[in-house]
Amino acid sequence: MSKDLVQQHRFSNGLTLIAEPMPGVRSAAFSFLVPAGSVYEPAELGGGATMLAEWIMRGAGDLDSHELIGALDDLGVTHAENASATHTSVSAATLGENLVPALALFADVMRRPLLDEEEIEPIRALALQALQSLEDDPGSKVVLELRRRYFPDPWGRPSSGSPESVSAVTAEDLRDFHRRLFRPNGAILGVAGAIDWPALRDAVHELFGDWPEQADPTITLGARGPTRDHLHKDTQQIQIALAYPSVTIDHPQYYHARAVTAILGGYASARLFTEVREKRGLCYSVYSSYEGLKHQAAVICHAGTSTERAQETLDVTLAELKRLGQTGVDADELDMMRAGLKSSLIMAQESSMSRSAALAVDWYFLGRVRSLEEIRGALDALTPEDVSAFAAVQPIDEATIVTLGPKALDMPS
Amino acid sequence: MVRPPALESWGPVHYDVIRSQAALGVPIVRFHQASLANGLEVVAELNDRAYSVATGFFVKTGSRDETAEIAGLSHFLEHMVFKGTERRDALAVNRDFDRVGAKHNAQTSEEDTIYHATCLPEYLPATFEVLADILRPSLRADDFETEKQVIIEEIKMYQDNPMMVAYDTSKEVHFDQHPLGRSILGTVESIRALEPGPMRAYFERRYSPANIVLAVTGKADWDAVVALAEKHCGAWKGGPAPRETVAPRGTCRFQAILREEDQQQTVVMVADGPPLESDDRHAARLLTMVLGDATGSRLYWELIDPGHADGVELSYQDYNNGGAFYTFLSCGPESTSENLRRVAGVYRRLMADGPTEEELDRARNKVLARLVIASERPMGRLMGLGYHWAYRREYHSVERELEIYRAVTTADLRRVLERWPLLPMTIVSVGPTTEVTPPAFWSSPQGELS
Repeated sequence: MSKDLVQQHRFSNGLTLIAEPMPGVRSAAFSFLVPAGSVYEPAELGGGATMLAEWIMRGAGDLDSHELIGALDDLGVTHAENASATHTSVSAATLGENLVPALALFADVMRRPLLDEEEIEPIRALALQALQSLEDDPGSKVVLELRRRYFPDPWGRPSSGSPESVSAVTAEDLRDFHRRLFRPNGAILGVAGAIDWPALRDAVHELFGDWPEQADPTITLGARGPTRDHLHKDTQQIQIALAYPSVTIDHPQYYHARAVTAILGGYASARLFTEVREKRGLCYSVYSSYEGLKHQAAVICHAGTSTERAQETLDVTLAELKRLGQTGVDADELDMMRAGLKSSLIMAQESSMSRSAALAVDWYFLGRVRSLEEIRGALDALTPEDVSAFAAVQPIDEATIVTLGPKALDMPS
Repeated sequence: MVRPPALESWGPVHYDVIRSQAALGVPIVRFHQASLANGLEVVAELNDRAYSVATGFFVKTGSRDETAEIAGLSHFLEHMVFKGTERRDALAVNRDFDRVGAKHNAQTSEEDTIYHATCLPEYLPATFEVLADILRPSLRADDFETEKQVIIEEIKMYQDNPMMVAYDTSKEVHFDQHPLGRSILGTVESIRALEPGPMRAYFERRYSPANIVLAVTGKADWDAVVALAEKHCGAWKGGPAPRETVAPRGTCRFQAILREEDQQQTVVMVADGPPLESDDRHAARLLTMVLGDATGSRLYWELIDPGHADGVELSYQDYNNGGAFYTFLSCGPESTSENLRRVAGVYRRLMADGPTEEELDRARNKVLARLVIASERPMGRLMGLGYHWAYRREYHSVERELEIYRAVTTADLRRVLERWPLLPMTIVSVGPTTEVTPPAFWSSPQGELS
């Protein structure tokens, strides 16, 4: 993450290539973010971006579905394609010498997918089953329902869509989505590992340099959902999820927010784990995490516990949120948070996959890559006083709370 | 204490070889091994170019070492280990790991309980001191009662997860009375009935130094590792903790469990596989890639590509004197029987015709690349190093593993299939329907399959 190692090139069509050679690794990984996320699909066609991410892998360029997957396997490429709210993304890793051939295959996938009509119904069947599987996973379901209510539409919309919307999407809708939204302007390709920068830059130019730009779409911001909700299901445990507003990554107090979130529930000696699990034995899993979009952010807390202990779990969690604001944090807690975040940062440098993702994500949010020194410096500059002051004004009263399980809980009004 | 000289993992070492590897950016790793006087074995694969160091205690004990009266005890004990020692309470254990930013965790399986921590090299002494300290826990009665509640919550969490229910039940049905069929978590009832006394007795029996391997990977100095082990583990006492093993023979039965609230049907299928003592492990792993990798495998093309199921995978699990192939399936309830027929058809065809050279090459490329990628983190090497030494007293460098995979032939895969046929198999189906028909021949003896 040393500053001088990171290389960056912006092609004339708006595609940014950002790369970091890593000494001592044999692998190379990339994270390719194309600004074609699910927020750009009409609500009634929700799930379309996810279906398209599957469709583009079913043959591209001169290769049919079997040949494409076979070619990736021949190169030993581990890969995943996803649609998030903001991007359709590919993350992939392989041996360094196979990186450019793998990128060439994904250039076809992004730019020249076959989009064969025959594949549509199988893809729809997969999308519908994925929605059903989600219903069978209460922990994931409650967080998804929390996001849907907390973030204003379309930002809270799940990229998996609904059974109705997935059933309604047509092949032509998806082709249109691909034509309009798969574009180089705003796309980011982060690469890390065993790479040769000049050769990589030339290869990317060759593969993507003539990818034509498209107009950027606009989004109409809708309303937020209800701030209190319960979803009934006859499960063993009640799932509790809450979210309250935080600051975005470009905000001067971003590291304050990360510090507060970590001290609340980011590791084993954090407050939620200590108070809810270690002292009271109320649940197996309880945590808080920071979740950022470009223009909004949240702290999310999640716990799952049996019916008779769920009310106490919620009450203790809310009390800990309040206590954090009232009593602030001490120097020991701050040191612990710093030690944890710093070792995560350094350990991330051992993995080409996590580095390539970090490069792309930093570029998306900040238009630059933060150096290890910058992050360390910002963490070291935090004092108990200013982190406590930040904690004191956290808008926990604006929290959205969603539960899922056999019984509704008493929620604060 | 015996301390043999360091073995170079790259085989016979010449100066030029090291230099050219360094120039290529290939990390140079060193293997070391020592035994403490009390029987604790220490192994390390050290790499000066790593950014972190991972340490793990591999205790050879798990649910297969329990009896019905103490079902779930190994896993409960794993939790209790973090609840404190003579010197620390539970909060101090967490705090002392977190203070140096150490990422720590533990896991319990049918036959191993592993405690591990990864930290920056300068914090190895502090991290190791905590990790070693907790391996001699106080097992206090009041902590026992609090943690019992946490274990019960963990069991309930898994009861809300159809795949965990199907997986647990499939082992119970397949292994039947064999100890590998015991539930790792136990049941709410068995956990409620547990007392600290039997846990202490179990601890004395199973956590003796002779039954533990300490593995270290990443950036560290070998002499310093040995000195830390001597200092913090040298006084541990206890005799041998042998495990009697009998090779399991799967029952290949069928069971359907109704869960009306589920939307999807979840099925786990089990067939016997080679044990960890066998040299067929690598061929078995390649076989699972050909047949059941998440993408590009025969099961993928037969079930996922056409949209018949939203998940299907085949994996191989090796045990001490036992092994199993697990097939995991998730699909719409109405198409379950048909999908089971498809899975059986895929297996039958491969058993009849064997894999093609092209399929094996692709599977191999995938395994090799994944192996290299995983090995780039010390934590990615720790498990392999520890298990290998605990059960085989063998060290395989990444290069050695790559060589072994390269040498596997299609004939090896066919031989494994003949010795360990995927059909018949145990089938456990969980979900909104019990109207599931197992595929034809699902329980036939091997001879009838052709």
